[in-house]
Amino acid sequence: MRDYTTLQAVWFVLISVLWLGYFVLEGFDFGVGMLLRAVGRDRAERRAVLHSIGPVWDGNEVWLLVAGGATFAAFPQWYATLFSGFYLALFLILVALILRNVAFEFWGKGDSERWRSGWEWALIGGSFLPALLWGVAWADIVHGVPIDARGEYTGTLLTLLRPYALLGGLATLALFLAHGAIFLSLRTTGALERRARAIAARVAPPAALLVIGFLAWTLADSDGAKAASVVCAVGASALAVAAAALASRRPAHAFGATCGAIVLLFTALFSELFPHAMISSTNAAFSLTLAEAASSSYTLTVMTVVAGLLVPVVLLYQGWTYWVFRHRISAEGFGEARSPIDLLSRSREEGAGGRSPGR
Amino acid sequence: MTSLELARWQFGITTLYHFIFVPITIGLATFTAYCQTRWHRSGEEHWLRATRFWGKLVLISFALGVATGIVQEFQFGMNWSNYSRFVGDIFGAPLAMEGLAAFFVESTFLGLWIFGWGRLSPRVHLACAWAIAGATALSAYFILAANSWMQHPVGYRMVDGRPRLTNIAAVLFNNTAIYAFVHTIIAALLTAGMLVIAISAWHLRRGNEAAGVFSASIRLALPLVAVAALLQFFVGHFDGILMTKQQPMKMAAADAVFETKRGAGLSLFATGDFESNPRGLDRNIEVPNLLSWISTGYPRGEIKGVNDLDREYGARYGPGEYAPIVAVAYWSWRAMIGCAVGMFAVGAFGWWRARRGELLRSRRFLRLAVPAAALPFVASSTGWIFTEMGRQPWVVFGLLKTSDAGSPSVSTAEVLVTLIGFTLLYGVLAAIAGRIFLRTARKGPPEEGAAEEPGQELALAY
Repeated sequence: MRDYTTLQAVWFVLISVLWLGYFVLEGFDFGVGMLLRAVGRDRAERRAVLHSIGPVWDGNEVWLLVAGGATFAAFPQWYATLFSGFYLALFLILVALILRNVAFEFWGKGDSERWRSGWEWALIGGSFLPALLWGVAWADIVHGVPIDARGEYTGTLLTLLRPYALLGGLATLALFLAHGAIFLSLRTTGALERRARAIAARVAPPAALLVIGFLAWTLADSDGAKAASVVCAVGASALAVAAAALASRRPAHAFGATCGAIVLLFTALFSELFPHAMISSTNAAFSLTLAEAASSSYTLTVMTVVAGLLVPVVLLYQGWTYWVFRHRISAEGFGEARSPIDLLSRSREEGAGGRSPGR
Repeated sequence: MTSLELARWQFGITTLYHFIFVPITIGLATFTAYCQTRWHRSGEEHWLRATRFWGKLVLISFALGVATGIVQEFQFGMNWSNYSRFVGDIFGAPLAMEGLAAFFVESTFLGLWIFGWGRLSPRVHLACAWAIAGATALSAYFILAANSWMQHPVGYRMVDGRPRLTNIAAVLFNNTAIYAFVHTIIAALLTAGMLVIAISAWHLRRGNEAAGVFSASIRLALPLVAVAALLQFFVGHFDGILMTKQQPMKMAAADAVFETKRGAGLSLFATGDFESNPRGLDRNIEVPNLLSWISTGYPRGEIKGVNDLDREYGARYGPGEYAPIVAVAYWSWRAMIGCAVGMFAVGAFGWWRARRGELLRSRRFLRLAVPAAALPFVASSTGWIFTEMGRQPWVVFGLLKTSDAGSPSVSTAEVLVTLIGFTLLYGVLAAIAGRIFLRTARKGPPEEGAAEEPGQELALAY
């Protein structure tokens, strides 16, 4: 017997898609952020690394905001239980994201070495912590956390940090790191590309192992894993291995593989969770089902129309942005950087395109 | 303090902090897009320099607005889970729409605008600037629609003790939201205008014309501020009449009217007992009949008093205190209006001097215009304090009390940790961002033909 409506299932899928979009896109932002100092050795190189995600990271982060907003709109009980329950973990994620956001903006605004390295570390830490904690959080959601009869979380921050969840966190951390390294090796040239490729080749194999380990534990732990979850888990593992094999030779294929691995990894988790929103480890009867968590069908219908109209448009212009900034970046263009005003006047003199050097 | 009180402080601090950057971004993004349009049309280089210069300040403000905006969305669930459970069927919808319709546009097109110089065609690049300005305003609309539902709930019916959405159009086109939106957009333009005036005045007084950037900018901003402030008086007036109908207690507290009367005077200065609701005044200096005229349109119109409304609500909603902290409502309302008067004075006087061609000789005006940039920030902060604290004890007027809205699973210690954490983090960021903002503002646009910070900037941001 089905105890959820089609609309509720549609919104569960849509929210899953928003999270998938967030992890695929922000995943490489996190990876690039963590590798800022490892790949970029001097100021020009680090600026080049920042430029590889500069035009897009902010738009990528909006996927998170929309996932949060959509959860509030479609499943308010889920939003309330999850956000008040994972309180301190979310606080840490928020602090990390805030530091990372301002680090992008403030990095170039000071002249001292100390100023820049301070913001570089803020960016690295601000990318590291969410990459780890989102994995921990989703592992906990799927695995179940102590929730009482009123739907209130009764654990603490430490309850969330058990071995299984930490393994989930390490899996996403390593996967995002590999994802970012491969992305960088695709978006840069010269020494940057070489270094990114070497790191990708080193990080991708352990990432694949962690992903396989985490998914195996997830399936072993579940009482009667769904066929869909098993298929996705196997697919995610295979793609993670493929990414490890391809990272140094075929970065474009490897990038496709990490994208796929991230999508399938989380799809496996979402499919295990369905048709629940939160699993209670205290008592299975206290678990929050989608039907209990959902808004009225009127609200869901309204939101379906809005999402149906807007999501395709968003995909269109975000895709266009990636097309506009598809050129590879090299460090040379960033040593003698000039202002756009100069670029424009130069292009006017030359009468050609206004291309900046090195793009 | 209880976890509820701490959560309220946290909401107040994070929201007022967030709202420093919101009006700068909305107003200055529009101003920048206008400058870029002038450049696009005329090809005059000082408009390009103005675009670049004001655009840089938009970026600093935008970065902080976005960073602190995530906290805003998360804390409804984190600190106010009972509120989220109660209003979820209605309140989440405009929030999700804001993300889908506005956040995606502003973040994506900001990236295109920053990095698209010389890569996109000038026309497309200009369109990006307007897309950003439009999306920031649209985002304000959705969040104000959500807030207005808390001030004046519409389009719902109660099912099992919770409101259920029955009419989304009623929520999105709530008259409260439309007034609040116009009020906020004008406030944003005032904020941008006052900042442009202050920064331009600072440079002009030092004889730094920057090839016409500052005289062109201030000539644009002075009439903008004068007209916007004047408009704001009218919008505020009609907003006040609407609020008198929808939330009479808030207006009664704002004017310290305790007993219902006809021909109420507008209080200029009043004192009472040092209590949340003093139930009467010791001293009151007032302009006779003015309040009745402002709030109802008639000099002898009836104004309901705090004490009578308190009794009325007690009968309707059960025993309890139904008045907000009267002194906060009274003084925040006055501070907001006082700042608006100040902004009108700056705009009108400066405009008059500029039209007579005497702006550069008005040394005292140019000096005073710099600290006057604080006025719009005081006005919007006190405006929000009035709006939100004036609604108390309700979080959703007439439906849910703030005392019932908190998160049961969150301990006092946890709220204390996040309150201290956010406050410290925001404080440090404010100091850093303020310094960068001032440094960028002082530096002004680059010399003609010179690179901007050689080796520093390929694009605006990094």
